[in-house]
Amino acid sequence: MLQYFTRSLLGLIVVLFVVSIITFALMHQVPGGPFASEKKLPQTVLNNLNAKYKLDDPVWKQYIDYMADLVIPRITTGEWKYSVTNDYLFNIKLPVGDNTTLRWMNFGPSYTDRTRSVNGIFKAHLPVSFQLGLAAMFVATVIGIPLGTVAALRKNTIFDYFSMSVAILGVSVPAIVLGPLLQYVVAVELKWLPTTGWGTFEQLIMPAFALGFAQSALIARLTRASLLQVLNEDYIRTAQAKGLRNHQVIVVHAMKNAMIPVVTVMGPLFAALLTGTFVIEKVFGLPGLGHYFVVSINQRDYATIMGTTLLFAFFIVIANFIVDLTYVWLDPRIRFD
Amino acid sequence: MSSIDASTERVGEALPEPIRLAQETERSRGPWLDAWRRLIRNRAAIVGMVVIAAFILIAIFAPQLTNYTYAEQNYLAINTAPKWVIDLFPKMKEVGQEMGYVRVNNDYRFGTDALGRDLFTRIIYGARISLAVAFIGPLTSLLVGTIYGMVSGYVGGRTDNIMMRIVDIMYAFPTLLLIILMMAFFRASFSQSEYGTLAYQLNKIDAAFGGMLFIFIGIGITSWMDTARLARGQVLSLREKEFIEAAHSIGVSDRGIIFRHVLPNIMGPVIVRESLAIPRYISLEAFLSFIGLGVNPPTPSWGSMISEGAQAIKSYPNQAIFPALALFLIMFAFNFLGDGLRDALDPRATKV
Repeated sequence: MLQYFTRSLLGLIVVLFVVSIITFALMHQVPGGPFASEKKLPQTVLNNLNAKYKLDDPVWKQYIDYMADLVIPRITTGEWKYSVTNDYLFNIKLPVGDNTTLRWMNFGPSYTDRTRSVNGIFKAHLPVSFQLGLAAMFVATVIGIPLGTVAALRKNTIFDYFSMSVAILGVSVPAIVLGPLLQYVVAVELKWLPTTGWGTFEQLIMPAFALGFAQSALIARLTRASLLQVLNEDYIRTAQAKGLRNHQVIVVHAMKNAMIPVVTVMGPLFAALLTGTFVIEKVFGLPGLGHYFVVSINQRDYATIMGTTLLFAFFIVIANFIVDLTYVWLDPRIRFD
Repeated sequence: MSSIDASTERVGEALPEPIRLAQETERSRGPWLDAWRRLIRNRAAIVGMVVIAAFILIAIFAPQLTNYTYAEQNYLAINTAPKWVIDLFPKMKEVGQEMGYVRVNNDYRFGTDALGRDLFTRIIYGARISLAVAFIGPLTSLLVGTIYGMVSGYVGGRTDNIMMRIVDIMYAFPTLLLIILMMAFFRASFSQSEYGTLAYQLNKIDAAFGGMLFIFIGIGITSWMDTARLARGQVLSLREKEFIEAAHSIGVSDRGIIFRHVLPNIMGPVIVRESLAIPRYISLEAFLSFIGLGVNPPTPSWGSMISEGAQAIKSYPNQAIFPALALFLIMFAFNFLGDGLRDALDPRATKV
């Protein structure tokens, strides 16, 4: 188990490195740069800017500089002067010396927004995306698992048909469709919830639902199929034969095993939620990180592209990793070695 | 029915009656025909097929169905709506009413957008993009994935190992980020390519298709892994079967075995997988167009129309809702058909 843990953790780091290399190479291949706007800058200004952000260096050197800033921790003493070029994500005070601090992960300054560092953008906007993602995940499981369970337990009844109709509806309405529809019906017509904005609980409900509903449909279908299969197993009959109560059989014996295939899709599902956040943020006017990801690509804001890509990649990879670990808990037969 | 074909073929042959009958029944069977029969007994799948067929007809005959082109702007008819649309959406108020702001123009069936373009025309032309993605997306994924998976599974050994490691890495890779980066890369770098180079030619083809070529390439690059894994698994289980061994023993070449004996046997599951993935491709295209990395404007895509319409959803809901409904309908239809195909081609799976 420990061996498996370390090995997949190493694999995770390798993937992130590959992502960083590909992203860096791709974005520097794209013609144009962060300072190539419609309004042409004077050549000297452009030269100075390129020199300041070290854009004249060969790409491999830029990459190494960037990664060194990001990965290698720094220890500073004495007075620390903050600027956008040295804004670190982690600042850990060490108990020795005069103001000794361990600083780690500098994503660099944003190239287009001169007053902010990429870390500053993260701090301001990541919480929004994260809360939205978690809320959507919550919606997806809270709707999906009960629907699928009811459908499986009452197979070929009206409950089953209803649940599966909801499920097929859910698979057919991506966030891009459900977002505007909900916004119109619930916010504009019925005026139950605010149309756009961020900050209150009411403003979270609609985006979370729009994002989570499609995923709930997926979970419902999978739960149903998997639970039906499990209910046919011998050990379920054994449990019933020895006189356990019905709900005990289902909750203790069947559900845990039926959840294994459901958990496997949680990883890809999380990635799908990410796609959705880009859309949902735009439709509902939320100040999330997805906007910065898309805009930075169009503006060739190199540091922000790298930062957001690595951050999103990190979350996806971590989600897959957690999914892997959950297997072991759900199915003790799976031993990674 | 094919029994009729069989009998017309045999006209004139003086076969004794009972034998001919026996042969006919034998001919009419076959896994594909069985699957087809199961498919057309499934009502949901039929509905799906009808809707898709309707969309295909609309896409083909789009120029005949409308008097406008999708890029034509009428500056005198910006953000207008016909009467029935205003009646449909209670919060839309026509000019003249209290707080009314929508100008009525019954020339345009669904109204016009913020640039004075006919919404109806743009929606029916948008069907072309979605349908093209629905057919070419699975095709690219099928082609790359099946060949990759079959080779990997059939060759086996170290080659298999390396090929599958590559798939593993691609799996762990956040493909969505990759596809967005690639789209930006294609768009920007190919548009500045020099005359006569391959990049220039590709960009010209892409421009001719309104930006779809790069979407296909993007989908192709990021969606073949599932199919490859499935094909490999199928090949692995088939490789040990007697009929493959028999083919080997009578001296059929590897290529012959792969294409004549293995391929037909793995097509069922692979097709099911791909048909279930179609809605995903459609929504991927809509998503890319939504964030501005899909088709080139002014080519209409439902995704970009929803994106534009969502900005004005309070005042002109028709601009976002109509394309959204179109997207919903086509995804619904493909989901129905995909489910039907799964039940038809893989009857065991339904017995769960």
